[in-house]
Amino acid sequence: MSRKRATDLSQEEHARDLFYRLAERLQAGTRTGETLFCELRAEHSDFARINRNRIRQAGALRHARLHLRLIEDQRQAEASGNLSGDPVQDFAEARTLLRQLRQRLRHLPADPYLQFSTEPTRSNQWPEADPCDAETAVADILGAAEGLDLVGIWASGEVTLGLASSIGHRHWHVSRSFCFDWSCHGPQGGAVKGSHGGLHWDPAPVRARLEAMRAQLAILSRPPQPLAPGRYRAWLAPMAVAELIQMLAWDGFDLKAQRTRQSPLLRLLDGQTRFDPRLSLHELHGISGTALLPRFTSEGYLRPERLTLIDAGSPGVPLVDARAGKEYGLPVNAASGSPESLAMTPGDLPSADVLSALGDGLLIGNLWYCNWSDPNACRVTGMTRFGTYWVADGAIVAPVAPMRFDDSLYALFGEHLQALGAESELLLSAETYGGRSLSSMRLPGALVGAMAFVL
Amino acid sequence: MSASFTPALDRAHLAAVVTDFAASAPACDYWSLRLVAHQWDRIEVREDVLEPPALGHSLGAMLTLVMRAGIGYAATDDLSPPGLRAAARRARDWALQHDQSGLFDARLHPRSAHRAEYASPVAQPWGQVRLSEKLALLHQANQALAIDARILDRAAWLDWDCVDQLFVSSDGAEVFQHLEYLDRGLLAVANAGSQTQRRHGGGFDQPRQGGMETLDSADFLAQAPRLAEEALALLDAPECPNETLDLILMPSQMTLQIHESIGHPLELDRILGDERNYAGTSFVTPEMFGTYRYGSDLLNVTFDPDLPGELATAAADDDGTPSERAYLIRDGVLQRPLGGGLSQARSGLPGVACARASGWDRPPIDRMGNINLEPGTATLAELIGGVARGVLMETNSSWSIDDSRDKFQFGCELGRLIVDGELADLVRNPGYRGRSASFWRSLDGVGAPATLEVRGLHNCGKGEPNQTIAVGHASPPCRFRQVEVFGGTP
Repeated sequence: MSRKRATDLSQEEHARDLFYRLAERLQAGTRTGETLFCELRAEHSDFARINRNRIRQAGALRHARLHLRLIEDQRQAEASGNLSGDPVQDFAEARTLLRQLRQRLRHLPADPYLQFSTEPTRSNQWPEADPCDAETAVADILGAAEGLDLVGIWASGEVTLGLASSIGHRHWHVSRSFCFDWSCHGPQGGAVKGSHGGLHWDPAPVRARLEAMRAQLAILSRPPQPLAPGRYRAWLAPMAVAELIQMLAWDGFDLKAQRTRQSPLLRLLDGQTRFDPRLSLHELHGISGTALLPRFTSEGYLRPERLTLIDAGSPGVPLVDARAGKEYGLPVNAASGSPESLAMTPGDLPSADVLSALGDGLLIGNLWYCNWSDPNACRVTGMTRFGTYWVADGAIVAPVAPMRFDDSLYALFGEHLQALGAESELLLSAETYGGRSLSSMRLPGALVGAMAFVL
Repeated sequence: MSASFTPALDRAHLAAVVTDFAASAPACDYWSLRLVAHQWDRIEVREDVLEPPALGHSLGAMLTLVMRAGIGYAATDDLSPPGLRAAARRARDWALQHDQSGLFDARLHPRSAHRAEYASPVAQPWGQVRLSEKLALLHQANQALAIDARILDRAAWLDWDCVDQLFVSSDGAEVFQHLEYLDRGLLAVANAGSQTQRRHGGGFDQPRQGGMETLDSADFLAQAPRLAEEALALLDAPECPNETLDLILMPSQMTLQIHESIGHPLELDRILGDERNYAGTSFVTPEMFGTYRYGSDLLNVTFDPDLPGELATAAADDDGTPSERAYLIRDGVLQRPLGGGLSQARSGLPGVACARASGWDRPPIDRMGNINLEPGTATLAELIGGVARGVLMETNSSWSIDDSRDKFQFGCELGRLIVDGELADLVRNPGYRGRSASFWRSLDGVGAPATLEVRGLHNCGKGEPNQTIAVGHASPPCRFRQVEVFGGTP
């Protein structure tokens, strides 16, 4: 371990110990019968927003949030506040939150769905990479994209999650990563999309991708192929498949949504239909996942390594959070009803054979703004966006202007599914709503025999 | 009395923070500091069970520095002198990088010396109503929703937010705004076999600035059985027909129509290309302003920061620019974009004070504020009476639009056929699709002032890094001719 690395680790251990000490001081003040869960979410990030291959808006973020859950006599309430890093101030803040929770609990009824782990699990996950020099990385990117109309967002830094409970849970998870999500735009308005994320910044993959994009942009400068609404063969690249899978993730696998008949997978769950048997979806954690996500949940449970959500076209297991687990009597297997680390079993169509297998049809790089047109039929609408081309006789002919599709996922991943790609792509989420997302998907592309376009 | 909250903003303390920072601010051409204290309380009862209530607060600062041609920002919740100094160093680092590789000369960035104060009108503060009363109301609503065994899920909620924001600058700006919001709602979910229908109500898409006085408890409870009845009725209703029909949109759907196909396309930073990697661009180009026919003569759309109680009513934006009402579209012709001071300077176009951030941890970008469709002269009966065959739709359930804000598709919770000028049968899963330019030109009926409803959204998402923000949309019901409508899959 390098001396720099050793220094980093001692600083990280210090941060962890500060949090545990805060939790222990709070817990020392709890009363008989009270159970207290303390959670920390902290982020130190740099963001650089780029337009026309120049910096549009760049800056840094530091925040640390404490979340408390107080439980007594089958009643529970939650409160959250800031942590400044000053132990005296932070303890005063935390004690104020605890006082507010105690006052509140007096007025609350018993919660029949209260559930938390009573097994005092522990874990430590330290970052596997040195801090990324964001300014250098951004300069690398701008240099590699010289002459391109590049628009994108660089995000890098550290996300820390901690959990300490009066039961004895002690969990600490630090992930340090970067994500660069971008698109390169042609003069006629078309664009191609790229995304690269990981732990160790190396400009080489982005440089290579940018060079490949220059060739793609030349195609985008051709006159667009006009297409009338209708059904078309289509290759959905992994990023496009991701948009469709995101729709399934929206209440599809949540136990509560399934039991209250709000899942878009009702017909699948009722046995009225099946996906193609080649479709299997898993939720992977631990060494099977990306290690960006912690293993522990807010209630102190450990996420299992592997869950099969769609099993060879048939329903697998639902995602069961603590509350739903108590309500429906199932073991807890998730932090929430939404998947965070999905993987689809790849197929057997090599990427080198995609165009010839497609023949005549649409090569779709991305889909955009998907939403339900009829959730009871698992029917989705959305738009093509980046990197969408008309292919004739296995060769890319021209770009295609944005088109709206409206089709059922039962059809796209069922009767119309012709092949899944042999290679999967790891897609780290670029989302930063409420904080940098640690989610990911590992997906192949999909060849569909008919996809309905309506506008 | 409910559990007391930490005072959102001790102004004396914050004044001290500002004074300390100003005394040790790094040498630069301009700085601004935006301190934001946010408190919240979330209470929901679902299927007669109280979800864990959640209260919280957050206090932090967004520092922006301009140095030569560069600009950088740093956001922090460590407001100690060392914490702010560390933030200033990071902002300076990024400003220096922008100075070398920036998209624009940061000397274009607006510099504010504006001084103003604003406070949401609050007649009955959140904390004045006992928690037990709020819980009782939500439980009553739950019971009022439970009218049939086919109602498989039901919920009632109250969400309260209080934001205190102090904006100061090296040029002497001081803008203090106290904003309080109440968001409430009801949900009934009915199911039969593989058909599930939802009805939202209780003001769920009518968040307002204000306190508990904005909640009409009687109406909140009175709506509950109607929503449940409608959800049940939709189970047995026929699908909305797949046809080209005349369309009347109630304000509960006009909100999304205005939002997606007027508000977003007019955001100037989109027109300038900043959002092309994420939220998208716009079919609107700079040359269109002043001449482009966006819609029929009946289309009048304003940016209105003055409407009492509307979500985005404010004295100034988050760059410290004073807010003023302005027409965005007048008599159908495009007038000006939604662009704050920086976008105006970059483009040479006029704009409005709409540089807004979701909180202290994000920098301002061009956002909607209150974007309102001004009322016309028709009663709802007159709008309906002018339709031989059509559909009336209410309450948005789905929204999708292309990245240039042109090709859209929306779904609603409930539709009613219109036949020979009269409302007829209920239809389920109603949706419609179209293109922004042609759609607004088909507008041929706008409700009178008495039909105007003030609504809004809390979840407008945009920007990189991402941020969600509250926007207001007031609108009357409107009539459109010959729109492609459709229903669910049989």
